Amino acid sequence: MALLQIEKMTHEFGGLRAVHDYELEIQPGQIRGLIGPNGAGKTTVFNLITGVYKPTRGAIFFQGKRINGLKPHQIASMGIARTFQNMLLWRHMTVLDHVKLARYSRIGYGLIGAFLDTSRRRIEEAQIEQKAYTLLELVGIESFADQLVVNLPYGVQRRVELARALATEPKLLLLDEPTAGMTPEELVEMVEIIRQVHRELGMAIFVIEHRLRVIMELCEVVQALVFGEVIAQGTPEEIQNDPRVIEAYLGKEKVF
Amino acid sequence: MQRVKMENTTSYGNRAPKGLLREWFARTPMLGWLLGFLTAVVLENLVGAEIAWRLGLPKVPVLFGFVIMLKKPVLIPSAVLYEILIYGLPVALIGRFASAVTNSIAALLAKIPLTLSAALHLGLLYAILHLWSGISDYRVIVLKLTLVAVMLTLSLNVINGYMGEFSCSHPGFMALGAYSTSILTVLFFAKDKLFGPPLLPPALGPFLFPLALVVGGLVASIGALAVAIPSFRTRGDYLAIISLAFMFIVKSFIENLEVVGGPRGLRGQPDLAALPTVFLWTVACIWMINNFVRSTLGKALNAVRDNEMAASAMTVDTRRTKIAAFLFGAFWAGVAGGLFAHVLRYVNPGTFGIQRLAELLAMVYFGGLNSVHGSIVGAVTISLLGEALRPLEIFKWIIIPLLLILVMIFRPTGLIAFREFDMESLLRPKFKEDDKG
Repeated sequence: MALLQIEKMTHEFGGLRAVHDYELEIQPGQIRGLIGPNGAGKTTVFNLITGVYKPTRGAIFFQGKRINGLKPHQIASMGIARTFQNMLLWRHMTVLDHVKLARYSRIGYGLIGAFLDTSRRRIEEAQIEQKAYTLLELVGIESFADQLVVNLPYGVQRRVELARALATEPKLLLLDEPTAGMTPEELVEMVEIIRQVHRELGMAIFVIEHRLRVIMELCEVVQALVFGEVIAQGTPEEIQNDPRVIEAYLGKEKVF
Repeated sequence: MQRVKMENTTSYGNRAPKGLLREWFARTPMLGWLLGFLTAVVLENLVGAEIAWRLGLPKVPVLFGFVIMLKKPVLIPSAVLYEILIYGLPVALIGRFASAVTNSIAALLAKIPLTLSAALHLGLLYAILHLWSGISDYRVIVLKLTLVAVMLTLSLNVINGYMGEFSCSHPGFMALGAYSTSILTVLFFAKDKLFGPPLLPPALGPFLFPLALVVGGLVASIGALAVAIPSFRTRGDYLAIISLAFMFIVKSFIENLEVVGGPRGLRGQPDLAALPTVFLWTVACIWMINNFVRSTLGKALNAVRDNEMAASAMTVDTRRTKIAAFLFGAFWAGVAGGLFAHVLRYVNPGTFGIQRLAELLAMVYFGGLNSVHGSIVGAVTISLLGEALRPLEIFKWIIIPLLLILVMIFRPTGLIAFREFDMESLLRPKFKEDDKG
C-alpha cells in the first residue's frame, strides 16, 4: 500500500485554479521531488496535503485513511511533518524549545501535570528533552540549543526547522525548498543532512526545490508541475531531458 | 557515522555587570536580601517610632515616606533620612558585607530539596511582610491588595503576554469570582440581611474558604468559556472586542441583580482573608502559572502567538491550547477577585469597570510581557505607586500613565519581559567563581 496517495486533487482559489487533477503516490521510505517554476502551485500542493487548505475536489489518503478535511494538527499527528519555504520559526523561543514543542501531541501528562509539576511531567519532559538533543545532534546544531532562533545564522535556522519537523516522528516529511537562500556550501551541507536523516530515520521525503541540482542528487522520482498540472514524471534524468520540462521550466536551451 | 557540525560562533557569557550598584551587589544571594530586609523591618519595629520622633516626623512613614513628603515638603529630608537609616543602610550593609556568610548558607540550602529551600525562603519573606505590615493596618490592606494585584497581573499576562491575544475581560472574571465567593461565604458563614442567618457554623469558614475561592475561580472560567468559544474561531481583534463587551455585560448584570444588592454592592463578607491566606494563595498562583508556562504544553502558547500556522503543523491543537490557557487565566482572576472581596469585605459592581481594566493592563505592560518577574514587578510597582501618590489626587493619573509611556518608549515589551522564572537560579548562591564562568 502506498504511504500517501492523492487522487485527482483539484484546488481553486475563487476562479483561479491553483492545482488541477493532481495525482501522487509515495511509497514508504521513498524520496520524491516536485519541481516547477514560480507560481506553479508547488506550495499549494503541500498546503493541501497538510490540511492548511481543503481541496475543492479529489481525495488524499495517508496509510489508507482519507485525510482531506482533517485539521492541520491532526494530520501532523498522524505522521506528516513539513518545513516551510519562508521558515516559520517562533521568534521568542529557544532552539531546544522548538524541537521539544513538536512533541506536543505525544505529551501524556495533560493540563493537570502542567499546572502541578507532577513527577510524571518531570519524567516526560526529561525524555522529550533527551529526544530533542538527539535530533539536534543529528542535524549538527546541539551547540545552539539554548539560544533564541532570531540570533542564529540562516543555515542554522533552516536546520532548526528540519529538527523540529523530525521531532514529530513523521512517516512522511515534506520539505518546502530546504535550500532556499543558501550559499553553495550551505547547500551541500543541507543535502548531506537530508541524506543522513533519511538514512537514519528512513521516512519518506517529498521535496520541493527550485534548484535542480538538489533534486537530481536526492530524488528517485520527480514530478514537474506547471500551472497546477503535472506535465512530466520520472527519474531525475528523464525529467532533465524531457522536452516539455525543458521548455516550460528551463527555457528553450539545456542549462546543464 | 559522519555528522555535519557547526561551530557556535556567538558567545553570550562574560557579560560585564552594568552599573556600579549592580556590581556592588553582584554577589548578594536572595538570602542576603531577605535577611537584610528582615533586619530592616525588625529595626523599624524596635526603634522606628523613636527615630521618626527624633527626625521630627509626625509618625512612622507608612509607605516609604511618600505621603509625608507630598503633604509637607518641608519634611522631605527627614523622611528620606528615615528611609535610609531604617531600610537603606541595613539592607545595603547586610547585602554587601554579609555576602560571604549568606552565600555559604545559600550553598548549604542549595543541597537540600528545592521545595524545602523555597519554603524556607518564602517563610522568611512572609516574616518580613508580616513584621512590615504589623506597623499599621493601612500597610496590611495595601499589602493584601498588592498581592491580589500580583495574581491578577500574572493571570492576565498568561493571556495577553504568553498567548499574545488582547483580552479585556479580566475585571469581569474578577467580578464573577468576587461575587460567587462572597455569596457562598455570606450565605454559609455570616449573618446577613440578604440571606439571613448562617447555614453553617462560622467556625468552619476558614476551612471551607479555599473551596469557595475555587468555586469563584470556576465560575469565572465558565464565563471565560462564553468569551473563548466565539472569539478563538479566528485570529485577530475579535477577542478584544468580545471580551470588552463581556466585561460590561457582567458589570450591568450584577448592577441589575437585586439579590446581591445591585449597584449598592454586597457587604458583610466574613473576615477570612487574613494576610497568611492571601500570601499562600498568591504563592500558589505564581507557582501554578509558572509551572504551566514552563511546561511544553504551556510553551505551545508562545508558539501559537509567534506563528500559529507553524504551531499547528507541529501537532499543536491551537484552539484547545488557547481555550485552556484563557480559562486558566480566568480561573486565577476569579480566585483573585474572591480574595479581593474578602480583603475589602465589600464589593460593588462599579469596582470592576474600565478603570480596573486600565490599571491591570498598565501593570502587565509596565512589568513586562511573557514574564513572571515582570508581572510581580509591574503589579507591585503600580499598586504601591498608586497608593503612595494618593495625596496628589488627580495628578496620580497623569504621573502613572506618563511612566507607562516612558517604559513603552525605552522598553517596548515592558521592564522585564521574556524571562523565565526559575526558583533554583533565583535562590542560588553567588560566588566569585560564578562570575568568571
